[in-house]
Amino acid sequence: MIKFKLNGRDVSVDVPEDTPLLWALRDELDQTGTKFGCGVGQCGACTVHVGGRATRSCITPVSSVEGAEITTIEGLHPEGEHPVQVAWRDIQVPQCGYCQSGQIMQAVSLLKDYPDPTDEEIDGVMGGSLCRCMTYVRIRKAIKKAAAAMREEKSNG
Amino acid sequence: MGKLERIAARQDRAAGRGPTRRGVLLTGLGSAFMFGFAREASAAQTFPQNSSLPGNGAFEPTVWCSIGPDGVVNVNIIRAEMGQHIGTALARIIADEMEADWDKVRITYVDTDPKWGLMVTGGSWSVWMTWDVFRQAGAAARTVLVEEGAKLLGTSAASCVARNGRVVAGNRSVSFGDIVSHARPTRSFTPDEMAKLPLKPHSERRLIGKEVRALDIPAKTDGTAIYGIDAKLDGMVYARPKLPPTRYGSKVVSVDDSEAKKIKGYLRYIVLEDPSETVPGWVAVIASTYPAAIRATDALKVTWTPGKTANVSEKDILEHGRKQIAEKTGGTCVFNDDGVDAAFSSAKQVFERTYTCASVLHYQLEPMNALARLQDGKWEIHCGNQWQSLFLPVIAKALQVKESDVIMRSYLLGGGFGRRLNGDYAVPAALISKALDGKPVKLILTRSDDMQFDSFRSPSIQTVRVALDDQKNLKGWQHHASAGWPTRVMAAAFMEKGADGKPYDQFAIAGADHWYDVGPMRVRALDNDLADATFRPGWLRSVSSGWTPWAHEAFLDELAHDLGHDPVEFRLSLLTAKGRNAGKAPDSVGGATRQANVLKRLVEKCGYGKAQLPPDTAIGIATTFGQERAMPTWTAGAVQVHVDRKTGAVTCQKIWLVLDAGTIVDPDGAMAQTEGGALWGLSMALFENTEIENGTVRDRNLNTYTPLRITDIPEMDIEFVDSTEKPMGLGEPGVTTIGAAIANGVFNAVGVRLRHQPIRPADVLKGLSEKKPA
Repeated sequence: MIKFKLNGRDVSVDVPEDTPLLWALRDELDQTGTKFGCGVGQCGACTVHVGGRATRSCITPVSSVEGAEITTIEGLHPEGEHPVQVAWRDIQVPQCGYCQSGQIMQAVSLLKDYPDPTDEEIDGVMGGSLCRCMTYVRIRKAIKKAAAAMREEKSNG
Repeated sequence: MGKLERIAARQDRAAGRGPTRRGVLLTGLGSAFMFGFAREASAAQTFPQNSSLPGNGAFEPTVWCSIGPDGVVNVNIIRAEMGQHIGTALARIIADEMEADWDKVRITYVDTDPKWGLMVTGGSWSVWMTWDVFRQAGAAARTVLVEEGAKLLGTSAASCVARNGRVVAGNRSVSFGDIVSHARPTRSFTPDEMAKLPLKPHSERRLIGKEVRALDIPAKTDGTAIYGIDAKLDGMVYARPKLPPTRYGSKVVSVDDSEAKKIKGYLRYIVLEDPSETVPGWVAVIASTYPAAIRATDALKVTWTPGKTANVSEKDILEHGRKQIAEKTGGTCVFNDDGVDAAFSSAKQVFERTYTCASVLHYQLEPMNALARLQDGKWEIHCGNQWQSLFLPVIAKALQVKESDVIMRSYLLGGGFGRRLNGDYAVPAALISKALDGKPVKLILTRSDDMQFDSFRSPSIQTVRVALDDQKNLKGWQHHASAGWPTRVMAAAFMEKGADGKPYDQFAIAGADHWYDVGPMRVRALDNDLADATFRPGWLRSVSSGWTPWAHEAFLDELAHDLGHDPVEFRLSLLTAKGRNAGKAPDSVGGATRQANVLKRLVEKCGYGKAQLPPDTAIGIATTFGQERAMPTWTAGAVQVHVDRKTGAVTCQKIWLVLDAGTIVDPDGAMAQTEGGALWGLSMALFENTEIENGTVRDRNLNTYTPLRITDIPEMDIEFVDSTEKPMGLGEPGVTTIGAAIANGVFNAVGVRLRHQPIRPADVLKGLSEKKPA
């Protein structure tokens, strides 16, 4: 039995230790917002937060997150109103949407490190997240919009 | 998130239910879109529930929409949602004509049923092919609502208008919902009756062409969107295929699962017997979890007798095509005009070039998957799919049951790009379930499986030649193209007939049948049978219009330079709009004049020929008519490229596109499709390709397959011509000009002409070294 905290709740899964976190989330814990893309950590569709850091769940053995706090797209904000999610809707970023949970989780992580990111910083962090619909122009725009909203929120709060 | 959803979310949290459940519940409550009807709300399952809509007193004037007593307008969408926000665009058409209140419009992605007719999503056809029928369906609903509303208001229909979900007479009005609940209209329309209804003029459009938020987007930002791979049923087991060495002709000799048995969760293997011959030589590995299925498949030892194509390479296929082109006979002529042979036999000079394109993989981000089970005597196939009408019969054949015993349940697609027009992945899921007495089984291909047997874009080879007289005037044109023919392999009945009456794959030649006035033309499509035998050629975004313009638009540029003409002026001189290029109503009104128009506008925008650019930097131009002659989206594209002479790297700095697609129904959706299409064009021109080695593709994941990423995107400036003509398609035209424009830009930058796509740094360096110093 491997125990960790998922989106603020204590959970446990009874799977082999080397099971990728991705499949534990999707198939054991029914959190299907996190997606299977490449299986080798190179497309970013499976990105979740482990201890607040963006992590590729498809290459993360579930045993390695014992006791950790995991956040998936479902737990990013209780009502789906995280500034990054809001910006994603305002800019109408998603097309097929399959990569977008991973993109959003990666972007949230980016904005922790770079509250006012340049194009180069965005490229550096988001370059690992493949969008096959090629929504990249809008991803860039939405990140900047979310960054502005978050700075605003901070200065008001 | 709407208010209802917030309340439900709070209730869910209070009850300790997780977000997935929340999504499941909400789909039935306040969400703007549904699948096949409300999703089951029980805890562990995720799939569309088979309850019946509209019911509950709703008025259903046609199969396409219903209006509930609460005023909610439901629109049935038979097209697959794969990123194009198609439900939103189509619902706008019906709602506009109906004069519905957009806030009350919902869309339902339906499951297969013969009543829907042809279920296919591809070819950039959806808006174009739905435009008339949805306006008629909207008019039918409006007609009845106005008639019944007038009675409730105690006046005549002639003194009423429909506006924003109400029927209005002077200062009195009644809502659509109240009309339905009080008058209970039941009138329905035959297609003939619908076709006779008066439609609104363009000036009365209130939703079409206006900005709108796509209905499918919110669920794609919070994890609640459900794709085929997310389907889950009680008692479900998982499967992964063990793939044979060749796509066809491999036979299983022996299977040894002694190592697989050591994997916890491994259940068994099944050698698939497939009467439909879709998955010959496939072995399925069944396990209680997917990670166990992955590992057990790796551990399973299967020996096969490989098929005949086990040693075929990309080069073999291209050389086969080269020989086909060299033969005067063979293939099918799309155009074969009188006088073409005479033009060439009497030519003073023949100018000829040959262009090749590498294989391109779909790499749609959601790997192929399908869930199958037998439920109440019917075989249910749960998956995202683009051509249900084509593959449901194949699934029935594989299962040896009647087509009426198979239903395909609809899901969101994690990318289509044409891959899911080929439903081959549904067949093994069905066969496995059958071998397990109908138990639910979810088959998922790992990424390497998905790529190995992708139904990818065939490599192609094309030769273009013109006959010139002694004044260097164009007297005749030939375009010969050889590639694998997806439509012959998978949908032979859909092939078109050429000028010579022989069938051909329109998706392996469309684009070459251009609108230039170049004298008598021969456009010949050749089926590369070695390609067809080696792999399953696929339809990939823009199909042949993604690669035929690569040839003729690069060729025209070369020819212009050779003749001492400006490439843009040269093209404009050929866009005369005479003869068959005059166009005709309703689809190609104006003909080549509209292509000339987008080209002129493009040149104004991008400053071609005027802008002062740094060294080794230049603009290249190309123009197309989008996807198909019969459905032209007039397109002109320019790119600004920079060539690094040291590394050979080509950088695309900016893309300009001007498109005339007629009426634009959903402006932001149109823009998004065109942005994505243009970047696909760029990715195929510079970043991604594979090659066939030993009968299968070389690349198996992103370690070696390198599609464009965010780091590589250029600035983009995209403009649509303001038009009230019938809407054409926009899913693919964005792709079509980019490859040739880049080749032309590279030539303008450093004087090197490259005739193989993708353009790789090594090719540029080779070209630079071969070029004589100026």
